Amino acid sequence: MITETHYLVLSAALFAIGVVGVMVRRNIVVVFMSIELMLNAVNINLVAYSHHLQHTVGQVFAVFVIAVAAAEAAVGLAILLAFYRNRETVNIDDMNLMKW
Amino acid sequence: MDSLWLIPLLPALGAAVNGLVGIRLFAKRTAGAVAVAAMAAAFGLSVLAFVRLLQLPAGVHEINQVLVDWLPAMPLATHDGPSGILAVPWGFRLDPLSAVMLLVVTGIGTIIHVYSTAYMAHEPRGGVARFFCYLNLFCFFMLTLVLGNNFLVMFVGWEGVGLCSYLLIGYWYGKTPASDAGRKAFVTNRIGDWAFLLGVFLIFFTFGTLDFRAVQEAAAAMPVEAAGWGVLSTIALLLFVGATGKSAQIPLFVWLPDAMEGPTPVSALIHAATMVTAGVYMVGRNAVLFSQAPMVMDTVAVVGVLTALMAATIALVQTDIKRVLAYSTVSQLGYMFAAMGVGAFAAGTFHLLTHAFFKALLFLGSGSVIHALAGEQDMRRMGGLRRRLPITYATMLVGTLAIAGVPPLSGFFSKDEILFRAFLENRIVWALAALTALLTAFYMFRLMAMTFFGGGRGATADAGSGRPGESPAAMTGPLIALAAGAVLAGFIGIPGALGGGNAIEHFLEPSFSASLPVVPPAAAGPDASAGHAAGGAPASDGLALGLMLFSVAVAGLGIAGAYRVYVQRPGLAAVLAERFAAPHRLLTHQYYVDALYDATVVNGTRATGRALAAVDRRVVDGTVAGASRLTVLGAWVASLTDRTLVDGLVNLLGWVSQEGSFGFRRLQTGLVQNYALLMLVGIVLFVGVYLVVR
Amino acid sequence: MGEVVGFYVLATLILVFAGLVITARNTTHSVLFLMMDFLSVAALYVLLGAEFVAVIQILVYAGGIVVLYLFVVMLVNLKRPPESYRDPRRQGKLGVVLAAAVLVEMVAVAGYSRVAPAPVAAAVSPVVGNTEEVGWLLYTQYLIPFELASMLLLVAMVGAILLSKREL
Repeated sequence: MITETHYLVLSAALFAIGVVGVMVRRNIVVVFMSIELMLNAVNINLVAYSHHLQHTVGQVFAVFVIAVAAAEAAVGLAILLAFYRNRETVNIDDMNLMKW
Repeated sequence: MDSLWLIPLLPALGAAVNGLVGIRLFAKRTAGAVAVAAMAAAFGLSVLAFVRLLQLPAGVHEINQVLVDWLPAMPLATHDGPSGILAVPWGFRLDPLSAVMLLVVTGIGTIIHVYSTAYMAHEPRGGVARFFCYLNLFCFFMLTLVLGNNFLVMFVGWEGVGLCSYLLIGYWYGKTPASDAGRKAFVTNRIGDWAFLLGVFLIFFTFGTLDFRAVQEAAAAMPVEAAGWGVLSTIALLLFVGATGKSAQIPLFVWLPDAMEGPTPVSALIHAATMVTAGVYMVGRNAVLFSQAPMVMDTVAVVGVLTALMAATIALVQTDIKRVLAYSTVSQLGYMFAAMGVGAFAAGTFHLLTHAFFKALLFLGSGSVIHALAGEQDMRRMGGLRRRLPITYATMLVGTLAIAGVPPLSGFFSKDEILFRAFLENRIVWALAALTALLTAFYMFRLMAMTFFGGGRGATADAGSGRPGESPAAMTGPLIALAAGAVLAGFIGIPGALGGGNAIEHFLEPSFSASLPVVPPAAAGPDASAGHAAGGAPASDGLALGLMLFSVAVAGLGIAGAYRVYVQRPGLAAVLAERFAAPHRLLTHQYYVDALYDATVVNGTRATGRALAAVDRRVVDGTVAGASRLTVLGAWVASLTDRTLVDGLVNLLGWVSQEGSFGFRRLQTGLVQNYALLMLVGIVLFVGVYLVVR
Repeated sequence: MGEVVGFYVLATLILVFAGLVITARNTTHSVLFLMMDFLSVAALYVLLGAEFVAVIQILVYAGGIVVLYLFVVMLVNLKRPPESYRDPRRQGKLGVVLAAAVLVEMVAVAGYSRVAPAPVAAAVSPVVGNTEEVGWLLYTQYLIPFELASMLLLVAMVGAILLSKREL
């Protein structure tokens, strides 16, 4: 029997993988994709509870999350492009100007 | 009417153009042309104004023009109460007296300007423009003095001509005697100006106004101070002291002979024809005021005639041609003051007019001689110039005859008028004046004889190869014009005894009397009434004719004496000088007046100055130095506090901030993932807290 | 039984593909693995009876966002290896440790929260079927958030265009 706990653990695992990607990778494209993984983990959580509680509102929130994720991807990748045009790099360690 | 203000303005414009532009840019000829044009235009306007004055209806004798309010109404008060409202317009007034002065200043001024273009031709280019700038500026101030309708505007002109006199005497400022003479003239004038200003203050304090006409009316309404000394006498005396400074009378005459260091046209214009007569003009302008103070009138007469005599005696032994003329000027000015002093204001003004012609002529003639002899001024080194400088000789002879009082030249009429009025008024003054007339004729012909007669000496002989020739037309022309004036000017004042109408006296009369005769002549006393009486009325024509013959005889005697001593027997002068060694020495040293002034005033001032300087150094400087030491000490203590306490606190704050920032700065790496790491730490802690407290 | 098999297969696929996404050397491969991962998640949604979200997941994520990433990867033509420079202060290992801590904590939370599966009363909705229910909710109760989301997308679109302009 698959309970919602299974889904929660799966979601937690996916989220942790995303966190590791964000923390470890220096390619900012991959970092973005890790963030998408984390958002997917959240969506799994929402849809699992929607199923568990027999209430559709969880799926509505999932739709909102997908919309926000699309916006985030569009703006984030645009910033990435602008940055790349200026610095000729996508290495996150080169983005160190936000100090002092 | 409208052009009255233009008359002074034109020379001012000329001065501005020459001074601002000409000194840098103008050629000599341009600078001269600008100045001459300005003066000629002013002369033309003056003639027009004079004609308008003559055409005024009967009973009106003046043209008034207020240009602008100079000082708006300003109430003044002493601690005794209000003393009046000081309102001074920049006003001009043309009345007969100022009209005469106007014509003299612009007319003779124009002639002398023309003369200067030739006389100054050897000066460097900028110097010529500077000279004409000063000369025009002088004319501006002189015209302001003459035309001003109140004491303050007159004072502006009064001071301005003093300044220009200083500038022009010191024109060759590289020469020590010239700059010294300029300073002397200025300082001596200041003494007179000081008294003049005091007189103006007292006038305002007494009458509450500074307008000439108003002051005259007010003074006429006050009783004559025949017996006691009153405020009118004080005012008149102060004004007269001012006049002695400007017009070189005892005791302030010492500057005028030294002023001959300036260029000769300056001597002719300023120190013979115009500026030095300002004092005479000022006394005449305040004739009513002076008439109310008989004691001061007596003082004026005595000072004037004594000055005339003293200067004439000094002129007897001078050897510098210009100095002879300078002392002659002092002497003639004394004559004018004597005339004023005996109440013959019109006669004094008449003499002023004629003197302006023949003295300017004589100065310009001497300038022509000096010019021909390349700067030689010592008469002992001249002689025999009659044939070489025929025009100069002829015109100077005319001038000499005029000053000696030979009829029918101008000097005869004016001088005779003065002598006649003096005879009526005061026999002692008349006697001294007659003696002066004798001396005048003598020393003037001495000058002529030493310069033009006899054999060539000194400079004349030295220049034998390059024979000195006649001066250019720009110099002889003015000489001829002035000679014509010297001949003809007298005919406007032919006395009644000779069948003339004495036109000038009637013309000038309105300027010397109050418009309303508040004090009847009978109550005014015999002294004052004589001053107002038109000339000749109380005396018979016979007496007048007798006096005339006497003065002609006196002049003839002087001329003959000079001719005998200096032409017929050239050695006689030296013999006489040896026989009367002590008086001769006295005269050659100008009565030791300069030495006296040096010993008393100058050295006294210097000693006082030294004493004050010592006080300054010891006491004042000591106090100041002590104060400064205290200040330095205080400042040192303050700075110590500043350095240790205040700076320490400030530096401590700065050090703490700096060191702290070095530590905290490490948190800001700028790495995105470090910030994400911190967020992650937050999440871990947050969830951990949730798990614990759930 | 089929649900259990399906869940474990899908969970395995999801985690494996996710791991590949963050470990692949080649960014293009990462993107492709990401797409596979999204598809697996979509399948999981179907398993959970959320057909609408599954379709949206395929359309938006696998069809839109992944293509966007792909485009970016193509555009960012790297002359220099992207991971050539490593900043020593980045603390990557600490990040991994903390990620593990998060995982542990969340699993703990999931374990604890098993005691509260009390089903709430199903919402009263006049429509039947998953897609209809979601649409009904979006256009009634969540209308304003829905409109706000559309505004957010519009703003994001404008911002993306602006940021991608060359003159920036």
